Amino acid sequence: MSPSVEPEVVLIGIGNSLRGDDAVGLHVAGHIRERQHPSLRVFESDGDGAALLELWNGKQTVIIVDAVSSGSPPGTVHRFDVTEHPLHGRMFRDSTHAFSLQHAVELSRVLQKLPKRLIVYGIEAKSFALGAELSQEVSAALPQAAARILRDVNAQLQGGPEGE
Amino acid sequence: MPSAAKVKLMKTKTIRVDLLARVEGEGGLYVKVKDDKVVDVQLKIFEAPRFFEAFLRGRAFSEAPDITSRICGICPIAYQISAINAMEDAFGVKVEGQLRALRRLIYCGEWIESHALHIYMLHAPDFLGYQDSIQMAKEHPQEVERALQLKKIGNEIVRLLGGREIHPINLRVGGFYKVPTKASLLELAEKLKWARDVAAETVKWTSKLPFPEMEQDYLFVALRHPDEYAIQEGRVVSSDGMDIGVREYDQHFTEEHVAHSNALHSVLDGRHMYFCGPMARYSLNFDQLSPMAQGAALSAGLDRICRNPFHSIIVRSVETLYACDEALRIIAEYKAPDQPTVPVQVRPGAGYGCSEAPRGILYHRYRLDEQGTILDAKIVPPTSQNQKRIEEDLRQFIPSHLRLPQEELRWRCEQVIRNYDPCLSCSTHFLKLEIRRE
Repeated sequence: MSPSVEPEVVLIGIGNSLRGDDAVGLHVAGHIRERQHPSLRVFESDGDGAALLELWNGKQTVIIVDAVSSGSPPGTVHRFDVTEHPLHGRMFRDSTHAFSLQHAVELSRVLQKLPKRLIVYGIEAKSFALGAELSQEVSAALPQAAARILRDVNAQLQGGPEGE
Repeated sequence: MPSAAKVKLMKTKTIRVDLLARVEGEGGLYVKVKDDKVVDVQLKIFEAPRFFEAFLRGRAFSEAPDITSRICGICPIAYQISAINAMEDAFGVKVEGQLRALRRLIYCGEWIESHALHIYMLHAPDFLGYQDSIQMAKEHPQEVERALQLKKIGNEIVRLLGGREIHPINLRVGGFYKVPTKASLLELAEKLKWARDVAAETVKWTSKLPFPEMEQDYLFVALRHPDEYAIQEGRVVSSDGMDIGVREYDQHFTEEHVAHSNALHSVLDGRHMYFCGPMARYSLNFDQLSPMAQGAALSAGLDRICRNPFHSIIVRSVETLYACDEALRIIAEYKAPDQPTVPVQVRPGAGYGCSEAPRGILYHRYRLDEQGTILDAKIVPPTSQNQKRIEEDLRQFIPSHLRLPQEELRWRCEQVIRNYDPCLSCSTHFLKLEIRRE
């Protein structure tokens, strides 16, 4: 693929590097960026809904990665295709901004600013303690989560409706 | 706490208020009603900045702006500038001219994005009867679009001058790492002209919202500067006539522990609860707003002093308009300085800094050793300063609304709290509303 071709998939890693497992989205984005996939653009975000909306508006396929807290074992990887379905539940931590990922998704839907396809990956966190590193469980889950998301990226590029 | 016998007789209604969607962070509100009288109101919160104060010990002075900017996701510039002001105070460094103007400009960007977000996405839904901005967007998509665009322009100012939208990396003690070209600012100016028009529309739009009647005799506290509407620096003044330098802050403002909360209540001269933020700035410094902003405020029906906390939404709109106006003025007068920074000589001692975050005065104090290493830090965010005042507003507001159905009352209490645009990530952890009726 020539370098001037517009990348078709956007990956946004959301997180807060100061709050333990809340940084996982940033770590996943970092891992994936290192692979230098030619058709993938990688961004980091602190979860500000307004900025996310800007970032994903008009894009083809967007994959979000963020920490979640839903009671599953730490390191569990959840996948949600929110293109047609609302992003339910309170498992995504509200960021320090006024509107969160969930809010941004639903607002985008109302304003018709969703990308053509929006997939959200939530990685189960153990702790959000200020100043802490990633927990051991979440750290251990990183390589597999990154690999799974990359497979999804490739599946999306091949036009498959069901990535994973 | 009520005795076991009393608990049996009480009709306890606990209303969960999920404020996460519209007020940052979390917190708790407990209201006790007896014989239709409000006997207790407790705003229960926990504080985050204490962690950062401890975290800063042993760090270099130059790290304070970056570290503290992570305390608040929505006002990183405020933290950076308050920290920088304190360090420059410690070292006797003066930043003037175009570098000073650039600081004011980036701060205007933060005001624009913070206020636009609050006005339209957090506060307006209350007045129009929507659960949140998503519901509001279904019937008022243009207003929400306007908010997002305004916020975007505010962000662009911050990004252009800060080097990155989140955790701006370009500000430093002494100035900047890089200064923008005039050309890049002129490009921004075109968008700011549009933003200024939209801000003016916003003042008109907010002035027509339905407002509850409520006036409080507030003790306003804000920064004041002789030459400008104080944003990035000033003396600390009050509506009671207090006028002190930032170095005297600790002599007048103290924090007292409240039994029901991990937060500290900030009091002035040992006795008074006070009020900082847009309404305080507006009421103390109206004369320094630009003519355009003054005109818009008066046409919107505001007086030169604003005492109705619900009118804060109009005041924020006026400040947004002012910030656009001021940003354009700064850009028009901009000439890229030769050096992005002034020299900084480290010396031991204490440094005091204060600036007007979107939500009010943000105070930083540091003690440094001869290497400029931080020995200790004190950070007082605006929201924690307003705690007591918010509680009091609720104490005043609830009695005349007790007859409302629970859900309605809960929602109205939220609205009263939202008048303050509290940045709860600075000072709280989780909010739920519990109303106990006897």
